[in-house]
Amino acid sequence: MNKQVSHIGIAALVLLSALIVGTTYWQTWANAGLADRQDNEIRLVAQFSIKRGKIYAADGRTLLATNVNKKRAGRTLYFRRYPTGPIFSDVVGYSTQTRNRTGLEQSYNDYLTGSNANLDTVLSSALDKLKGTTVTGNDLVLTIRPSAQALALRLLRGKCGAVVALDPSTGRVLVMATNPTYNPNLIENRFGVATRTNAPCGAPLVNRATAGKYAPGSTFKMVTAAAALDTGRFTPDSHFYDPGYCEEYGKQVRNAGNPEAPETFGNVNLAFGFEHSINSVFCNVGKTLGAGTVLDYAKRFGFYSLPPLELPESERVASGLYDHGRLFDPRHPDTQVDPGRLAFGQERLAVTPLQMAMVAATIGNHGAEMRPQIVERIVSPAGKTITHLQPDQLGRPIKRQTADELTHMMELVVTGGTGTAASIPGVRVAGKTGTAETGRGNIYTAWFAAFAPADAPKVAIAVVVENQPNGFGGAISAPIAKQVMEALLR
Amino acid sequence: MSTASLTYAGFFFVVYLGAHLATRYAVPFADPYLLPIAGLLTAIGLTEIYRLNPTDAFRQGIWIVVAVALFAATLFFLRHDYRRLERYKYLFGVSAIALLLLPILPLLGLTVNGARLWVHVGSLRFQPGELAKIMLIIFLAAYMREKREVLAQGRLKDWGPLLVIWVLAILVLLETRDLGGGLLYFGIFLAMLYVATARIAYVAGGLGLFLIGAVGVWKVTPHVQDRVTIWLHPWTTSKVYCPISGHLALRQDCQSYQLVKSLYSIGYGGYGGTGLGKGTVANLNGKQIIPDLNTDFIYSALAQELGLIGAAALLLVYMIFVLRGMRIALLAEDGFSKLAAAGLTFGFALQTFIIVGGILRLIPLTGITLPFVSYGGSSVVANFLLLAGLLLVSNRANREMLR
Repeated sequence: MNKQVSHIGIAALVLLSALIVGTTYWQTWANAGLADRQDNEIRLVAQFSIKRGKIYAADGRTLLATNVNKKRAGRTLYFRRYPTGPIFSDVVGYSTQTRNRTGLEQSYNDYLTGSNANLDTVLSSALDKLKGTTVTGNDLVLTIRPSAQALALRLLRGKCGAVVALDPSTGRVLVMATNPTYNPNLIENRFGVATRTNAPCGAPLVNRATAGKYAPGSTFKMVTAAAALDTGRFTPDSHFYDPGYCEEYGKQVRNAGNPEAPETFGNVNLAFGFEHSINSVFCNVGKTLGAGTVLDYAKRFGFYSLPPLELPESERVASGLYDHGRLFDPRHPDTQVDPGRLAFGQERLAVTPLQMAMVAATIGNHGAEMRPQIVERIVSPAGKTITHLQPDQLGRPIKRQTADELTHMMELVVTGGTGTAASIPGVRVAGKTGTAETGRGNIYTAWFAAFAPADAPKVAIAVVVENQPNGFGGAISAPIAKQVMEALLR
Repeated sequence: MSTASLTYAGFFFVVYLGAHLATRYAVPFADPYLLPIAGLLTAIGLTEIYRLNPTDAFRQGIWIVVAVALFAATLFFLRHDYRRLERYKYLFGVSAIALLLLPILPLLGLTVNGARLWVHVGSLRFQPGELAKIMLIIFLAAYMREKREVLAQGRLKDWGPLLVIWVLAILVLLETRDLGGGLLYFGIFLAMLYVATARIAYVAGGLGLFLIGAVGVWKVTPHVQDRVTIWLHPWTTSKVYCPISGHLALRQDCQSYQLVKSLYSIGYGGYGGTGLGKGTVANLNGKQIIPDLNTDFIYSALAQELGLIGAAALLLVYMIFVLRGMRIALLAEDGFSKLAAAGLTFGFALQTFIIVGGILRLIPLTGITLPFVSYGGSSVVANFLLLAGLLLVSNRANREMLR
């Protein structure tokens, strides 16, 4: 009998060993897969047991995101509060229990939760865990100026659109406002209320500054003019004759204004054509250069790639030609793209306000394009700065001379052309208006892109306002740009 | 350290001392490892239950006192010769079946989580299956000791009572819808039959019969089909019919809810665990995630808080218990003692495997308690009686050896 007893004894031990193997499988191998499961509430509780870092505006005082703690089942949980409500929501985003995180809350989640790989943070988080104290994340200080941001949002009230302001020489994002916006504090419990809007358009959760796609209209002439000058094919003095239209494929492409009696300027030069945004002039420039060259220059400015910014990828879109909603990079641009309409910013072009601000900033920065950045510095819970913003040059899309000639042409726009509404007394402002057709009757997208002071710019800006009946960029967007620039230059 | 936890520690120490003195007096030659191991497991269980639900821990404390009292009484009355129990083998057999059938009775029975395993008198609940298990082992040990030789020959007449038991076990399984219990009883039966007859063919045949029975039950019982589906596919990506609510839902939000949440709990433990008392058992709204955490799923709470190191150590403690139990069976001189000790030890190991294996998705999950650790009065009492049985056998064997 003893042999049999040892046999079942071994069988029993084998069964129990299988339990050790099973436990090892779930706790090591399958561990990560389980943690990623959507319905894993333990993971969620762990996330909310961390005291997320606070987020501040550029002044280091204006609190954009903070925590309130609640006791639940003997454990302190930290829930997000956003003191500035809708003013920074599209940049800061939200972090809630039931929805995916957005904005900087998403892209800087590692830093905000103290789980980034930075040595200081790793040590202090591990120590917190060992001591059983709450893990505290790192704070963010943004580059955005709170008062200018609030002003921009106020100016957009009742309209749909966006304002992006950059520091041309460093790439700092000074203002990133979009309307309609939402109150991030309501996302968790009153999502329906949070996403309701009084503005005459929908999608308040979309950051129009980085993910809004708009026909650029005449603001794209900055790119076309840059190509014209930089290739050496044209100078600001190049001569054109404007009959009020431009011939393309045997058809007349008319200047802006009353389609029955378009403005006619006669003998002009390139600078004058830019100043008064004469479509026929740029149509001819486009025909001469070819769509391929114009698109090449657009790519140099960053078109056809996601604008580099710290926001999540899903909240940024690339600028360029769009065909049936998809980015369209023509293989044979000279046959696939209408060069004349491309040159004055129509065709199938769609751009983000951020991209146009980057174009203006590059021209202002003498042709060097800086990476736009929104996080000024990251500060550990102990008050130590872990990283701070390093200006980063993305490239040099155009020559210095081109940029300076273009700057001069853009100054003319504000002093005597279509953009006089943006002039600031005592400051040299360089700008470009845009009034893009939307394909719906007299409804236009009103644009203004500018930088100031023209000789040593401190701010570059792009303003877009959607759905303006008979609205011109010079009348609607230029005054907004002016006020925001004034606030930033003060 | 709060006064409450110190009180519990003091209380536990006194109870353990009582149990120790009882064994010193009644079974001085018994194996010295088993009681400390049982004490350790009980203490781990009580600590975890206290951490999860202090009210339950208080009740568990009372049950531990009751169990230790019964343990001491058993040792005291059977200290001279437990083998007289052999004489009452049919009484044990019939009582075991009666206890198993008790929950089916209309007024007494209670259905919990789809299985009818409980008996309740007023607010007092009891799982008679736990006690039935021990009685069944005593019956089988006595019966098989007597019929060893003839069973090995395979005469139908001698097989009669065993087949009756098998048919009854399957019927009980069908009626109570208790897959885990059925597996446990039948596994013990086969193991003891193998020890008694040394015929591996019986084990194979028995397993075959069990499989046929199990498939039959699976065919006719939706509850059992459910368990198997949950085991094979706990997660669904699209919504399926949820029998609990009657609506469509993801299976992980419906039938496999507890299993899946328990796996999350185990996975979260990782190598080192969160530390005792520092695990996450409640969701963001403060609601306990796994409802049956301190009974059937106590292993997943322990695995989270103690980590792989702690959980593996816990399982090793179970293995030591099994090793000592089998050693007692080896040392025992007579067939009844051998069979009883082997049966009790194998039952202990198999029960551990069925619940933890179910939690770990090695086998379909069926609700059964983790010996000594889970919350539950009947379980604690039954396991201390099991311990008493092993100590009695061991005491006799060692005493004879010293003579």
